[in-house]
Amino acid sequence: MWMREIMAQTLISLMERDPDMVLLDADLSSANGTGAVHRRFPERTFNVGVAEQNLVCVAAGLASYGFKPYITSFTPFATRRVCDQLAISVLYADLNVKVIGTDPGIAAELNGGTHMSMEDIGVLRSIPGSVIFEPSDGVELRLGLQAMHEYPRSVYMRTCRKELCDLHDPDTYSFDLLRADVMREGRDVTILSSGLMVREALEAAAQLSEEGVEAEVINVHTIKPLDAWTILASLQKTGCAVAAENHNVIGGLRSAVLEALADQLRVPVTAVGVEDTFGEVGPLSYLKERFGLNAQAVVRQARRAMDLKKNWRCIP
Amino acid sequence: MDLVQAARCIRADTIRCIASAGAGHYGGSLSLAEVLSVLYFKHMRVDPAHPALEGRDRLFLSKGHAGPALYAALANRGYFSRSALLTLNQPGTNLPSHCDRKRTPGVDMTAGSLAQGFSCAVGAALGSRLRGDGAYIYAIIGDGESQEGQIWEAAMYAAQQKLNHLIAFLDYNGAQLDGAVDAINSLEPVAEKWEAFGWQCIDVPDGHDTAAIDAAVEKAKESTDRPVMIVLHTRKAKGIAKMEGKSEGSHHFALSAEEVARALREIGGGNGVDA
Repeated sequence: MWMREIMAQTLISLMERDPDMVLLDADLSSANGTGAVHRRFPERTFNVGVAEQNLVCVAAGLASYGFKPYITSFTPFATRRVCDQLAISVLYADLNVKVIGTDPGIAAELNGGTHMSMEDIGVLRSIPGSVIFEPSDGVELRLGLQAMHEYPRSVYMRTCRKELCDLHDPDTYSFDLLRADVMREGRDVTILSSGLMVREALEAAAQLSEEGVEAEVINVHTIKPLDAWTILASLQKTGCAVAAENHNVIGGLRSAVLEALADQLRVPVTAVGVEDTFGEVGPLSYLKERFGLNAQAVVRQARRAMDLKKNWRCIP
Repeated sequence: MDLVQAARCIRADTIRCIASAGAGHYGGSLSLAEVLSVLYFKHMRVDPAHPALEGRDRLFLSKGHAGPALYAALANRGYFSRSALLTLNQPGTNLPSHCDRKRTPGVDMTAGSLAQGFSCAVGAALGSRLRGDGAYIYAIIGDGESQEGQIWEAAMYAAQQKLNHLIAFLDYNGAQLDGAVDAINSLEPVAEKWEAFGWQCIDVPDGHDTAAIDAAVEKAKESTDRPVMIVLHTRKAKGIAKMEGKSEGSHHFALSAEEVARALREIGGGNGVDA
């Protein structure tokens, strides 16, 4: 099932339970699968047309009236296009608007560079009060949306729209919005990842295991507030890490991790991410190779982190 | 309270409020005294003892830099003491230069980054309709603010949704920070623009005539299928002789103690703020 269908199903089930929940789109409901929500709840859904600034603030106005609005758009239009509206009318005004951006980073594929947000986490992370969540599969998307709904303030979710095989067992997975998940335990290196990169991290860990390297894989599904406790505990054990993200290497997951550990721990954290460049058009397989967002890159940077670790504490 | 007298109190207290900080947005605050008088002392169903009352009428002051005028109106309406007006922009104050819904009782929306409050008003009008509470949602936008594209995004959508309980005012004082609106980026023909965007537009040639504003609001409430824009032709910095109606330097300025005293004397706002 496509991620967008899971998202629509979950939004419908939440709206069935909560009469204050409303949904707003800006002419991308068909692309984002939320058309199903509009058909189910025509009285509590709104399509403002191609007007994202208005989208955010109309949602804020509804929130000021006690409603719980969700807005969806493609990631760049849900974030950088409306950065000031999110900063002032939602976060500064402390209004409970849930923001969903679809197809972040290279997931925008054939829509190309104009539609690729390489900066959304960095931009929103620096605005006080923001919460940033990125699911890695349909199970996490469903549980994450439910947890977002329970959270009493604004949350931003960036998620792929298309089909992703499950990484989590829906019967056993216990999700906590504010806690990172250790998906695989290891002692030699920590692989930190979110969203699309979690499956690459797991594949990289499997490859490293064949070489006798035991990697710990942590799914940092919530980049802000960062679960520094879980991450620092892992880095204390392994002594090195690679952070893998579908985002610019500036401002995203790795930046958040480095900020958290800078005065706590002295370990190398290498990077797998977009090297401060814009995206370009192409299928996902090409883009993963083009921007080095795959298991091979994670393996390379994990090995490099382990090499750095050998002499790291000797540097004055 | 008589609406003319209420406007006089709001104007005088706006001057006292800004003067306490030394300088501020006198211009765009003082052009609003009459409309705030008509709203808070006649039309708005609010309860100062319960600022967050559900189903109340709300005001979205989208030109958030006119906060001091709103604070003066709220203080005179009894939301907080008039002496609080003298804390404008002081450390820890509940009265910041631009409106903040989290800090000030009676302020319905944070505003300052222009045009956002107007869209928020559209959202609130949708919310009121969903709740079926019959509330009126009022919004005030500036003429310089009307150069923001988001104003027109909100305008289109309010008309699309037939939000007839959304009543907005354009404070058409003709001046923006850098000079005359017409010299920078004219709104004309402004009434035709709002009509073309699907709104009913009511022109009030003297935006300081409380009876005319009151009549315009009464007429706006008769709308059954359109939001209403009331264009108030006002004078920036009204009540301050050296700046009234000027397009240069009237947005944000300082007054000497003598100039403040003279303005208060001319307005006839009565005694100073009760300590």
